[in-house]
Amino acid sequence: MSEAKDLTDDPNQSAEELPPSETPWQESLRLFRKDRLAVVGAYVLVLLLFAAVFGKVLTEWVVVFDPEVVRLPEKFLPPLTFSSPDEVPAHDRPFGGIYLLGTDELGRDVFARMLQGSFVSLSIGFIAVGISLAIGILLGGLSGFYGNVRFGVVTVDTLIMRFTDVMLCFPTFFLILTVVALLPPSIYNIMIVIGLTSWMGTARFVRAEFLALRKQDFVVAATSVGARDRRVIFAHMVPNAIAPVLVSATIGVATAILTESGLSFLGFGVQPPYATWGNILADGKGFIFDAPWLFFIPGMAILVVVLAFNLVGEGLREALNPKLRRR
Amino acid sequence: MQAFILRNVVQRLVLVFIVSILAHSVIHLAPGEPSEVDPANPRMKPEDVAKIREAFHLDAPLYMQYAYWVRDLASGELKSFKDSQPVLGKIWRRFLNSLPLFICATLLVWTLAFPTGIQAAIHRGAVYDRTTTFAAYTLISVPGFFLSYIVILWVVDLFGVPVIGLKTFGMDMAPPLFQTMDRVWHLVIPSLMSALGGMAILSRYVRSQMLEVVGQDYVRTARAKGAEETVVIYRHALRNALLPFVTMFGFLLPGLIGGSVIFEQIFAWPGLGRLGYEAILARDFPVILTLNFIAAVLTLAGTLLSDILYAVVDPRIRTGLQGDG
Repeated sequence: MSEAKDLTDDPNQSAEELPPSETPWQESLRLFRKDRLAVVGAYVLVLLLFAAVFGKVLTEWVVVFDPEVVRLPEKFLPPLTFSSPDEVPAHDRPFGGIYLLGTDELGRDVFARMLQGSFVSLSIGFIAVGISLAIGILLGGLSGFYGNVRFGVVTVDTLIMRFTDVMLCFPTFFLILTVVALLPPSIYNIMIVIGLTSWMGTARFVRAEFLALRKQDFVVAATSVGARDRRVIFAHMVPNAIAPVLVSATIGVATAILTESGLSFLGFGVQPPYATWGNILADGKGFIFDAPWLFFIPGMAILVVVLAFNLVGEGLREALNPKLRRR
Repeated sequence: MQAFILRNVVQRLVLVFIVSILAHSVIHLAPGEPSEVDPANPRMKPEDVAKIREAFHLDAPLYMQYAYWVRDLASGELKSFKDSQPVLGKIWRRFLNSLPLFICATLLVWTLAFPTGIQAAIHRGAVYDRTTTFAAYTLISVPGFFLSYIVILWVVDLFGVPVIGLKTFGMDMAPPLFQTMDRVWHLVIPSLMSALGGMAILSRYVRSQMLEVVGQDYVRTARAKGAEETVVIYRHALRNALLPFVTMFGFLLPGLIGGSVIFEQIFAWPGLGRLGYEAILARDFPVILTLNFIAAVLTLAGTLLSDILYAVVDPRIRTGLQGDG
């Protein structure tokens, strides 16, 4: 405490003239870089993003890798096998005449399916997390900012937080399974259901952040100079509450991808013709002896990607948490 | 203290009511009915469908269906759509099957996660810490059934022991010792596999909690007065770090149903999770509903218990309550 006083009392330079050595984001980035595991995870995620975009482009728009061509003479080929020109007509041959990751029980190119699946799996993760964040931030923000508004006997805060408690009571995976199984099978239903059942954590800590921020000087100042609620919320409070949201979003994507693979295992995942890593893995478990690559390739891919998301999330948590900075 | 308990109980009773309504409406608002499970069956005439709908009150308005469900559940006469067996009896039998798995897994989680987490916190940044951190993340990130399949193959190859199911079929005449051994072998791998995820998560919590506490003034004081390192860690630091874990007991119980679906399916374990899965496949509404409801009640009971325990264990909260009156 006394050191800080000495610095500001130094007659040669007043506190205003000292530029901050780095912005908060730069500081976070520097801290994030120190966590080697998280940095490796971030590289994996960038690679995955490229794979997903290329996967979408190359399997659906410009069909270079066709995931749907069935080549019965060439089923169960191990990875890095060349396609033989005698058995498969020219237009059905894989790109470059080689099966990078082998073929499955119908002679489909596993590499093409994994490429297609990377986009589908990732979009399930992102959309589900998007939905859960939207609900979580909305409800948490409402309850944190307008919590004292009364509807008759109950306050908004009571209403929203009790509803959150109710949702927390249900066993998440079993609830997801119930709803997904009862609804008609569709990839959108899976995204929506995962999103609708995973917002509670976000809502709770956004509320906590808002409650803490409301009493901070800068928010009180903004309110007292007459800023509208909307401006106070979106310009002043949300940017300060965003760090934990970012962390939970990263980990949420990982969880959504795992949930989808679990649903696929039980037969309620994304249905054909969409390939996801989850359903390639679930289909592959039947051929674990005859064609182990059908099981191990998607399994390892899910492991690596989910691990990358989790490590990046943890890295962000450490880097964005001001309490942990000085240690 | 009594006022505190009473207030909590009343609050939770209100929640139980809302939970039951929500569970009921989720299931009945979603399309798909018990009468539609087998639409291709030529023997199902429209009259039969009507008869089924009649028998299960599916034509009644939703609030009446809810009333029927509550009445039957309360009187214990709720019958499964699938086989007309009493639902509570079915759930109870499956619960007895799930219980050993649940107890073993929980014991594994709590006995292994704590030493791992504490050691990781003490040796922060060392090889041990980094190895366990990475291992924990790997276990959190691996799809449960992927790892289980690999472990099953490995264990069966290496030890030649049975792992699938509750017990080996046809062992009823074997001597009791062999039967017990058989049961134990069947129990080990499933409980280990379902414990791994929880173990990884809990050890991370323990680690971060310990790190938080180790930096506190009273730990520094304990060191300064010359207490031995083990005393500092296990008496001064650990006791304070343990507090938040009391609340985690609340989230243990519902794992009995929700957490076990996949693992009971992999290991063909006839427990609660599998009962739920079968009920979902058969659109067996009373079973699905009752399971969801029981899980919710267990969660509420668990959180109530942990709130009370917390108040008992933590003097700061206890005195705060007495101040309230």
